[in-house]
Amino acid sequence: MNNIHAFLIKYAEIGVKGKNRYIFEDALIRQIKKSLEQVQGDFDVYKEMGRVYVKVLSDYDYDETVEALQRVFGIVGICPMTQVEDEGWDALVKDVVAHIKDTYQDQPLSFKVECRRARKNYPKNSMEMNADFGEILLKECPNLHVDVHHPDFILYVEIRSKINIYSKILPGLGGMPVGTAGKAMVLLSGGIDSPVAGYMVAKRGVVLEATYFHAPPYTSERAKQKVVDLAKQVAKYSGPIKLNVVNFTDIQLAIYEKCPHDELTIIMRRYMMRIAEHFAKESGCQALVTGESIGQVASQTMQSLMSTNEVCTLPVFRPLIAFDKQDIIDISEKIGTFETSILPYEDCCTIFVAKHPVTKPNLKVIRKDEEHLNEVIDDLMKQAIETTEVIICE
Amino acid sequence: MIYFDNSATTKPSQGVVAIMERVLKEDFGNPSSMHMKGMEAENYIKDAAGKLAKILHCKEKELIFTSGGTESNNMAIIGTAFAKKRRGKHIITSAMEHASVYEPMRFLEEEGFEVTYLPGNEKEVVDLEALKAALRPDTILVSIMQVNNETGRLSRVEEIGKILHEYNPEIVYHVDAIQSFGKYQIHPKKQGIDLLSVSGHKIHGPKGSGFLYCREKLTIKPLILGGGQQAGMRSGTENVPAIAGMGEAAKEIYDHFEEVQGHLYDLKNTMISELLKLPDVTVNSFCGQDSAPHIVSASFKGVRSEVLLHALEGKGVYVSSGSACSSNHPAISKTLQTIHVPEELLDSTIRFSFCGENTEEEIETTIEILKELLPMLRKFTRH
Repeated sequence: MNNIHAFLIKYAEIGVKGKNRYIFEDALIRQIKKSLEQVQGDFDVYKEMGRVYVKVLSDYDYDETVEALQRVFGIVGICPMTQVEDEGWDALVKDVVAHIKDTYQDQPLSFKVECRRARKNYPKNSMEMNADFGEILLKECPNLHVDVHHPDFILYVEIRSKINIYSKILPGLGGMPVGTAGKAMVLLSGGIDSPVAGYMVAKRGVVLEATYFHAPPYTSERAKQKVVDLAKQVAKYSGPIKLNVVNFTDIQLAIYEKCPHDELTIIMRRYMMRIAEHFAKESGCQALVTGESIGQVASQTMQSLMSTNEVCTLPVFRPLIAFDKQDIIDISEKIGTFETSILPYEDCCTIFVAKHPVTKPNLKVIRKDEEHLNEVIDDLMKQAIETTEVIICE
Repeated sequence: MIYFDNSATTKPSQGVVAIMERVLKEDFGNPSSMHMKGMEAENYIKDAAGKLAKILHCKEKELIFTSGGTESNNMAIIGTAFAKKRRGKHIITSAMEHASVYEPMRFLEEEGFEVTYLPGNEKEVVDLEALKAALRPDTILVSIMQVNNETGRLSRVEEIGKILHEYNPEIVYHVDAIQSFGKYQIHPKKQGIDLLSVSGHKIHGPKGSGFLYCREKLTIKPLILGGGQQAGMRSGTENVPAIAGMGEAAKEIYDHFEEVQGHLYDLKNTMISELLKLPDVTVNSFCGQDSAPHIVSASFKGVRSEVLLHALEGKGVYVSSGSACSSNHPAISKTLQTIHVPEELLDSTIRFSFCGENTEEEIETTIEILKELLPMLRKFTRH
């Protein structure tokens, strides 16, 4: 693919954004540039007449570049293309044939041609070009044949100020460019679900911040490192994540000491939500994000979700709420968090888990039992918030 | 900091660091090079081999330098099996071996060998009667660890050697001495040992160092092929700094052997008797000469080992849960099951392991810390 020196970037939803469109396009360009910073080579990313292009200015690694582009939210398709100046019909024919031969060698494939003439003064119209290129390719590449209904590839030739020739559309992630939709605080546990939840929200253009609850000596430094590694992996898509590491041990022990053990997890999660919301508001997040999914564990039944939900005033987004475990695992494998998520270190949710935790907590009872903490909890919360460690994961 | 995890690894001694620094900075040649720089490097290897041969009462050419204990064990077991497979395909080992013995055995089982895993008894790694009963005409290899890494349990190395020799002198006898080298006098020839695995970083040497003693005239298959270094038994440019460091480490230990060994026994005995004074603590190691001088395994009822480990870490005391080499996979220890540690204590077991630099004061401090931590930790348990 060494004849490819430019990529046409296709984006979907941005196209319908009306007068705000430039904001989205500019964010997309910014995110593409950031992602390409990790790649060897010089690139120019720019928009022109409602299209975004990546132009390669130096030697580069094709696969690495495509991978980097495939990590940018907002892109639906990446088209490796030959971009040429208009130097007459014969020159164009040569370029088109070279592009096809280079891309498909002599494979026996079917194709169709779709030409577009944005520059209406071009001597041939689209229909004429379609027919001509079809004829020329059939002659030049004897293994190709035409199939206008289910072609193996479509040759696109776009006559603009320059001419774009491409025949492959590599899939992008879709979604919206990060930075176009506000900020959210994700509660990261170190398990499989929460990084996926963060990823999904980031995919809608949201900047992420994260909170992790650390409970030494019940959870180890390795468990914390695992969460940092997960945040770094999600950050490959979402951009840098500010991770708040909250020291949660004392609150957990107080709950253990003063509240009924079968309600431990619920009450603990209510405090986690409160603390996460504190940091969320402090840094201007508009929502909390969790990896909860209905009925996955005792603390994620509808009743439990209701009782952890009520302590927050910010909306709580649960993108995985109706996902089956396997579907979540599939995404975590795709985004590269699975391997880390399954490392066997305790997280603070599992330490004091009761043998038979309540699955249908009664809100009134929970609120009442929480009152046992009244004397100590304000100090403990304050202390937990003050001793929180911040790690930038990128 | 109190470091009681010396069976996981030890701190390299100053002498070791000094000699390695010299090799890395100045005498960095390739021992196979023809020129002076190469010879200088080669001399470090000869020198290390000389020191080790003196300790083991063996010949220098009987030593093969490896990347550590795991490689030595792999080479001994797989190398013997492949060399002797025409004579027989039966191998004997114990049920509480380290993974670097156990996994090669599993590999050989897949390759068509038959492996007998001997049970231990209350006190020992191997029950000698069970060993005698397991021997067969087609037995080619017996591989036994001298000191169990998790509990400090011993095997009677010399007596096993005699039993094997009486039954059939052609049986190859491999001893995994990774936890015992530096703690005992080991003389392979006298003890009837054909192969002996040693690791450098357990005796204040560097990681990535080790050797396999291979009795003269015993042929085993090399596993790493290439440029024919070390008489073709282990190709690859020798890790000169590591070899030099390990030689120095071994010399330092055996120069002060009696003194250090006596000190370790004292530390262990104190630790065990102090632990036994605490409520609900079981010790899985023995006082005195019935178990290794440097390992104390203890179970703390009602406390999960990982939690206790991190709580001790919070106070600056470093220990390991079960065996450090396997504690990345929190599977229940096979060794502890083999010695019948009760079910509810399997996940409550901590290993303290000492070196010559540890002190009675450190033990006293640790006991005080345990007295403070245990009631707190027991108050908050999962149920």
